Amino acid sequence: MSIYNSMIAWIDKRFPLTSNWKAHLSEYYAPKNFNFWYYFGSLALLVLVNQIITGIFLTMNYKPDASLAFSSVEYIMRDVEYGWLIRYMHSTGASMFFIVVYLHMFRGMMYGSYRKPRELLWLVGMGIFFILMSLAFTGYILPWGQMSYWGAQVIVSMFGAIPVIGETLQQWLLGDFTLSDAALNRFFAYHVVTLPGLLIVLVFVHILALHETGSNNPDGIEIKANKNPKTGIPVDGIPFHPYYSVKDIVGVVVFLIVFCGIIFFAPEMGGYFLEYNNFVPANTLQTPDHIAPVWYFTPYYSMLRAVTVNFLGIDAKLWGVILMAGSVVIFCFLPWLDRSPVKSIRYKGPYFKTALTLFVISFFVLGWLGTKSPTPMYTLLAQIFTVVYFAFFILMPWYSKIDKVKPEPKRLVKE
Amino acid sequence: MADSFSINERMSGRRKFLVAVTSVAGGVAGAAIATPFLLSMMPSERAKAAGAPVEVDISKLEPGMLLMVEWRGKVVWVLKRTPEMLASLTKIEGELADPASEKKQQPEYAKNATRSIKSEILVVEGVCTHLGCSPVFRKDIAPADLGPDWQGGFFCPCHGSKFDLAGRVYKSVPAPTNMVVPPHTYLTDSQLLIGSESEGAA
Repeated sequence: MSIYNSMIAWIDKRFPLTSNWKAHLSEYYAPKNFNFWYYFGSLALLVLVNQIITGIFLTMNYKPDASLAFSSVEYIMRDVEYGWLIRYMHSTGASMFFIVVYLHMFRGMMYGSYRKPRELLWLVGMGIFFILMSLAFTGYILPWGQMSYWGAQVIVSMFGAIPVIGETLQQWLLGDFTLSDAALNRFFAYHVVTLPGLLIVLVFVHILALHETGSNNPDGIEIKANKNPKTGIPVDGIPFHPYYSVKDIVGVVVFLIVFCGIIFFAPEMGGYFLEYNNFVPANTLQTPDHIAPVWYFTPYYSMLRAVTVNFLGIDAKLWGVILMAGSVVIFCFLPWLDRSPVKSIRYKGPYFKTALTLFVISFFVLGWLGTKSPTPMYTLLAQIFTVVYFAFFILMPWYSKIDKVKPEPKRLVKE
Repeated sequence: MADSFSINERMSGRRKFLVAVTSVAGGVAGAAIATPFLLSMMPSERAKAAGAPVEVDISKLEPGMLLMVEWRGKVVWVLKRTPEMLASLTKIEGELADPASEKKQQPEYAKNATRSIKSEILVVEGVCTHLGCSPVFRKDIAPADLGPDWQGGFFCPCHGSKFDLAGRVYKSVPAPTNMVVPPHTYLTDSQLLIGSESEGAA
C-alpha cells in the first residue's frame, strides 16, 4: 500500500473522507442531459467564494464610521496596493451574484425544479435569496455615499409603515432616531459577520437537500425511477465528478472572461453596478435629484411606488410595502401554485409558456421603470406590469391545471 | 437492550412532565438572555440626549427663499413665502388629500390655512412622509414634468409624492400625510427657535 493510500485509510478511520467524496462527487449521479442553464448553481458558489475573500481584504482598510467611511473607501481605491482591484472584484461580484442567481431561479421555473420532491430545496434557496438581498442592501450602505444614505433611508422607513410597532421597530433597527453612525456601524456587523455566516450555512443545507433528492433536469422526469437493477445506479445518471466538474470548469472560464471584462473595462457599468451619486459623500440634508436602487432591486422598487391610491382600508404607503415584500415572498409558494401534471416547460402547454413569457417581460419592464424618475405615464405602466407580475403567480393554479400538456418521456431525451 | 429502548414506551407521565418543565424553563432562560442583546440595539443614552433645539436667524431670508436647517439629524426648511405663493395655497385645495390639516402632523398653533405661526414663514421638516427622502423645492409654475396645474411646491424625487407650499400632500401620491411641522417659536421677530415651544429650553 502506498503512503498516500495508507494516509487516506488513516483518515477514513477517523473522519468519513472517502465516503463523503463518493456520496457528493465521484458517485453522486446527476442526469446526463444538463444544458447551459445548469452552470449557474456552481457559478453562484464561485461568486460566493469571491465575495468572502475580497470582503475579508476590504475590511482590513475600511472604517465603519460615518465620518470616516467614505474616505476610507476612496483610500482603498487610490492608495492601497491593488485596493481598486479588490473593491471592483467585490462590487462587480455583487451584481454578478444576482445575475447568476436570477438565471439559476429562472432555470428552476422553466424546468419545474421546485416541484415535489424538491419543495424544501426551493425554500432553502429562497432563504439564500433573502439573505443575499440583505447582504446587498447592507453592503451598499457601507461607502456612506449619497445613494448609500438615501437608499437606506427609504428601506428603513418601510419598516415605519408597519402599523402600531413600526416606529419603535425603526428606532430599534437604526439604534437612533434618524439614520446615523449607529446604523452604519451595525449594518457593517450584519454585512461581515451575521449574514455571511447564515448564508454559508444555508448554502450547505441547500446542497445537502439537493443531494438527497437528486438534481432535476431539462426533461423534468426522475432519473431515480429507472435504475440499473444490478448496480442500483440510475441508467440516465452520470457521476458528478469528473463529468460535471469538468463541464462546470468550462462555465467558470467563460464566466471569468466576462467578470474580468467588467472589472477592467466597465466596473461602474454605466451607473448600473456602481451609481454615480454614490461617489458623493452622504448629505443628510439633501436627497439627490434622481435616486434609484441598484439594478437588481429595481423591479421591486417599481412595485413599491406603483400604488398611489388607498384601498381596502389600507393606505397607499403600506400597500406599496406589502406589494414589494409580496413580490419576493410569492416565489416561495411556487411548489404549491403549480398544478401541472408535468414539470418541465418542454412538456407544458401554451398557457404556461405565455404566462412565463409575460412574467419575464414584466420583470424587465418593472426593472427598467425602477431606474427612471416617476411620471404619470411611467406610474401607469408600473401599475399594469405589477398586475401582470402577480397574475403569473396567483392565476397559476388555474392555468397550469387546464393547460394542454404533452406526455412526458420515460427516459431522458436526446436533443 | 438498546433495541427495546423506545422513547414512547419510556415516556411515563412523570417523565413527560419533567421534559415539559425543563423545556419551559429553558425557553424562559433563552428569552431572558436575549433581552439585553435586543435592548442594546435601541437608541443609546447619548442618542437620546442629542437633539437640542436650534436657533435660526431669518432676518436675511428673502421672499421666495428656502433655508435648510439641521435639527436632530433631519432637515428642517424655513421658507419665506411671497404673496403669490400664499395665494396659490387656496387655489389647489381641491387637489389635496388633507387641505385642512386634520391629521395631527403639526402643533395646534400651526393648524391653520398656511400651516404656520406667521403666515409668510413656513417651518416644516423637509422629510417626505412616504419613505423619508427629502423632497425638492420646485417653485417654478407649470413646468413640463409636473403639469400645467403646478403652482409651486415640493416634489419627492424618490417616489413622486407632491406637496404644496404649505407642505400639504396631494391626492393620489404614495405619501399618506402632510409633512410634519416641528415645534417652533419666535424668540424675536427675526430669531426662530426650532425644536421647542418655550424660550427656556434654548
